[in-house]
Amino acid sequence: MSYFEAWNLQKIYRSKRGDTVVVQDFTLKMERGEFVCIVGHSGCGKSTVLSMVAGLNEITGGGVILDGREIDGAGPDRGVVFQSPCLLPWMTTLENIMLGINQVYPHVPKVQRRQIAAYYLDRVGLAGTEHRRPAELSQGMRQRVGLARAFALAPKMLLLDEPFGMLDKLTKVELQDVLLELWNRERLTALMVTHDVDEAIFLADRVVCMSNGPEAEIGDILEIRIPRPRNRAGLLETGEYYLLREHLIDFLENKSHLRPSRPGRPAPGATSATAPMP
Amino acid sequence: MSIATDNPPVAASPPRKPRWNAHAVTHALDRLGLGFFSPFVRLVAGDEPEKQVHEITLNIVLPGVAFAIFLGLWALAASHIRTDAQKIPSPAETWAAWQGIVKFAKNESKKADAFEARMKTVAQKQIDVADSQLPILEAAKAVGNTVEAAAIEGRIQATRERAATYLERKYVGPPTFFTQIATSLFTVTVGFAAATLIAVPLGILCGLSKPFNTAINPLIQIFKPVSPLAWLPIVFVIVTALCKPSSGDSFITRAMLISAGTVTLCSLWPTLINTAVGVAGIDPDHMNVAKVLKLSWTQRIFKIVLPSALPMIFTGMRLSLGVGWMVLIAADMLAQNPGLGKFVWDTFQNGSTTSMAQIVCAVFAIGIIGFVLDRIMLILQRLVSFDERAI
Ligand SMILES: Nc1ncnc2c1ncn2[C@@H]1O[C@H](COP(=O)(O)OP(=O)(O)O)[C@@H](O)[C@H]1O
Ligand SMILES: [Mg+2]
Repeated sequence: MSYFEAWNLQKIYRSKRGDTVVVQDFTLKMERGEFVCIVGHSGCGKSTVLSMVAGLNEITGGGVILDGREIDGAGPDRGVVFQSPCLLPWMTTLENIMLGINQVYPHVPKVQRRQIAAYYLDRVGLAGTEHRRPAELSQGMRQRVGLARAFALAPKMLLLDEPFGMLDKLTKVELQDVLLELWNRERLTALMVTHDVDEAIFLADRVVCMSNGPEAEIGDILEIRIPRPRNRAGLLETGEYYLLREHLIDFLENKSHLRPSRPGRPAPGATSATAPMP
Repeated sequence: MSIATDNPPVAASPPRKPRWNAHAVTHALDRLGLGFFSPFVRLVAGDEPEKQVHEITLNIVLPGVAFAIFLGLWALAASHIRTDAQKIPSPAETWAAWQGIVKFAKNESKKADAFEARMKTVAQKQIDVADSQLPILEAAKAVGNTVEAAAIEGRIQATRERAATYLERKYVGPPTFFTQIATSLFTVTVGFAAATLIAVPLGILCGLSKPFNTAINPLIQIFKPVSPLAWLPIVFVIVTALCKPSSGDSFITRAMLISAGTVTLCSLWPTLINTAVGVAGIDPDHMNVAKVLKLSWTQRIFKIVLPSALPMIFTGMRLSLGVGWMVLIAADMLAQNPGLGKFVWDTFQNGSTTSMAQIVCAVFAIGIIGFVLDRIMLILQRLVSFDERAI
């Protein structure tokens, strides 16, 4: 069995005007230490899938297994980073990180817990900002704290929902490097939503393309076989990068309306589940 | 701004360098809700003089003119409105009445000092008497006359106790304006504290639990608009049933509890409603953090819910204190709690020539104290608010 498995995940939003099936039959397996990105058009249901896996959104069909156990509600075994860092504005950066660490390591002496927090603050390049409040930090710095907070939980899985979506291009690049650096050290199983194709290729082992909603499902899965550790400059030199990029953009522009599981619709020709081999 | 700190002066017009940090002062004034003083500070610091003069005109001169017009209309009313027994006092008469009030209070305080001094000398005399018995006691013990010794010891003891009672005696004069203000402030503090202690937990429950909110919402809506005059008899019955009549010199009397209870019942609603709204409006992202971290109930309340709703809670408390202070005056009148309300009522009943002027003094005192209380709450409110944009 895989480390992470989501099978036939379904989300129905019920309202007075009728039910909307937002996500239908989302099935995905991930190995331990794998980094998967989900791309898809805005509103197709990416956040819905991620929040169901996080346990913050009720699952209306199917299920999720993580490390041999079916998930039931949210928990600190899944570190979550959203688009907005969701720091608690009345706490300092250190307190924000400590809040989680205290929950995960209740029996570790306080000195050691503080050391863990300080370590991760240092890793995201924020050493010395322990006693500042979120209001005094830039948006990018806040998201760094968000990353530190998620990693400090030592979770089984990392869930990221467009974590750099609100940042300017330069900050975004910096933070991608911070994330990749941290991930290289700890090799957490990571599922990340993004609509930035370049970001997906740079970070992921596999890119999952979701078809448009409603009743969104997985339209295509692309393997990124670029060796790790990766760096941006090296990436641009490989011809493979451009092929992958083209493939993803082609999917988003031309094929995202197709549904591979529906025989009624014209069968999409280019939905091979493998990457174009270099 | 032009408060240059380390820039080299420009050749053409070197900026005047203030010797002190005007910005820090004006910032502090703004925090204290005394922002209208800032232009003076900036003017003294030489910061954009024209703008400051304009600001001063706008914020100081205009209100000053309005106040002068008010005084004029008041004086006009004073010279025309009169019944057979009473008349509206003129500003000058009111000022005189105020000086009378202050003089009376000073006089009473002098009397109290004199009384205490007298009690001290009396007590000292008793102690001297007791001390004078000591050698006799020693002598009796020396000769082994135990019966005599015990008798003397008993007498010494009694004398010392008498001395102590003299020292404990307090001057009981008529309440002065300022002791009445103290009573009012104490009463409103008790009532407001009780209201907060009831309203905040209830408000948190309402904000967190929809069923609970739905259940008690009708009660809130019905009781909220009830006038203090209607609550008072009910509070009167409750207090009278539950509390023994207190001994005379205690600060906590039945009348005080009735007043405070009425203040509580009338002032808890704004805090309750604001707390509920604040708690219900917590950023769902912050609740998600609590869920992901699996925080316990108490942790959720104290780490997430309370800090997040604190600005709203304080907004409610500020409104509550305003209501409480207003209600207190009426409650004091009816419950005969010796505060400002009772002062107004008694003075009115008294009906002497200066009583209306004294009442006007009380009106100003009530207004100014209410304003100060509001400012204090405003400062607290600003202290607890965090930057909402920073999530
Ligand atoms: N609470 C909700 N109730 C009803 N519909 C919702 C709700 N949340 C999201 N949706 C709908 O579900 C769809 C997918 O939303 P989302 O997962 O946020 O998309 P994405 O993250 O891919 O942009 C959207 O069409 C949105 O309108
Ligand atoms: Mg989304």
